[in-house]
Amino acid sequence: MSTVVDFHKVVAVAGGFPVLAGLDIEIAPGEIVHLRGSNGVGKTSFLRACAGLIPIRAGEANVLGFDMRVDRRAPRRYIGLLGHENHLYTDLWVREHLEFRASVVGASEGDVGAALRRVGLSERLWSVPIERLSAGQRRRVAIASVLISRPQLWLLDEPHAALDSEGREFLDGILIDAASSGATVVFASHERDVLKSVASREVTLRGGRLWEDSGAA
Amino acid sequence: MLHEVLLVARKDLRVEWRSKVTIGQVAPLALLVLVVFAFAFDANARLLGLGAGGLFWVAVLFGGTLLIQRAFDLETDDGNFDAFRMSTIGAPSLFLGKSLGVFIQVVLLELVLGPGVALLYDVRIDDWFLLLAAALAGTVAFSVCGVLWGVMAAGVRVRATLLPLLLIPVLAPVLLAGSRAFETAFGVRAEAGWTWASVMFVIAAVHTAIGVGTFGFLLEEG
Repeated sequence: MSTVVDFHKVVAVAGGFPVLAGLDIEIAPGEIVHLRGSNGVGKTSFLRACAGLIPIRAGEANVLGFDMRVDRRAPRRYIGLLGHENHLYTDLWVREHLEFRASVVGASEGDVGAALRRVGLSERLWSVPIERLSAGQRRRVAIASVLISRPQLWLLDEPHAALDSEGREFLDGILIDAASSGATVVFASHERDVLKSVASREVTLRGGRLWEDSGAA
Repeated sequence: MLHEVLLVARKDLRVEWRSKVTIGQVAPLALLVLVVFAFAFDANARLLGLGAGGLFWVAVLFGGTLLIQRAFDLETDDGNFDAFRMSTIGAPSLFLGKSLGVFIQVVLLELVLGPGVALLYDVRIDDWFLLLAAALAGTVAFSVCGVLWGVMAAGVRVRATLLPLLLIPVLAPVLLAGSRAFETAFGVRAEAGWTWASVMFVIAAVHTAIGVGTFGFLLEEG
């Protein structure tokens, strides 16, 4: 597969508003792409369109080789999505939540511990209800939930939000490792300086279209 | 598929076990409804005995609607609806798993309400077999209808008020059939209780088939 994301003149509409207005972008395997742009330019919509959560109205859109206009659900099993929110069952204990996510993707119990250690979450917190964790600790659990599914395509929206400096270092390490093992990472963030060392490419959106691309030939 | 169904149901029940919403809040609230009915009928034993079947199902409808609401709040809080949609679990398994989770919680609710009805309304049971069959059919019908309509309301901002508005008219036939079947089981109505129980089994089967077939679409459009 030469491209993981291949969008050509893609138009997507959400709530009657064109959130992507003729977007052209290609992302290759192993890239770490930093999506930039002001609020409301389409960063989140692009991530959601890649995940098949927003239907494509016009243009050509392929994600992981699947035509998103034919079946936008097809690539989801290979995608790890982390949005603004954490997607956590907050009544469950940390370990229980991860065990559920692990069971869904066929990961083992050992993978649960490995993922929680990888995000630096102290073992004493594994048997604590998620609702009692701080915002940063919850974000770490959310990242562990994505990590455990070993996605081929990581779609992250403001992944560093609420993380302390240690948490950010853990996350950056995870993203670099994922990319070096062949996965592709696309994340939206306003934190340019922090992410310069992580991203292999910077893409700026404006008005639902590509505006600047550091990886353009 | 069975593995996926059990996975979803077990997760929902584990959340319930941790939060104790069914036992700690919904069941006492539904019991209070039974008490309020007793007051409303001025503790008229004859009237309460005649209407016990219907009052039981009204209390189940009231409490069960809260449980269905809760079952989908789990999937929408903290942005979980996206994770629910992104799940690799097949849509039919999600539907059946959620339905099984709701079914078990409604059974728990009924186990609290049943003795409540017997105690408060002084009910005598003539036909245990019919009673249990009608309770099973009604609970299955309630669960699958609830999950089917629950997912339609799940993605909507005003779901807390929309769900009962959608659900109660759909569940009216279950309420009617359940009441009639229970009245026969209680010996206060000579009509064919088994026919009414069968009606609920048919409603359950039809909604299960619709749910299995359409849950994926409803999830996407929610």
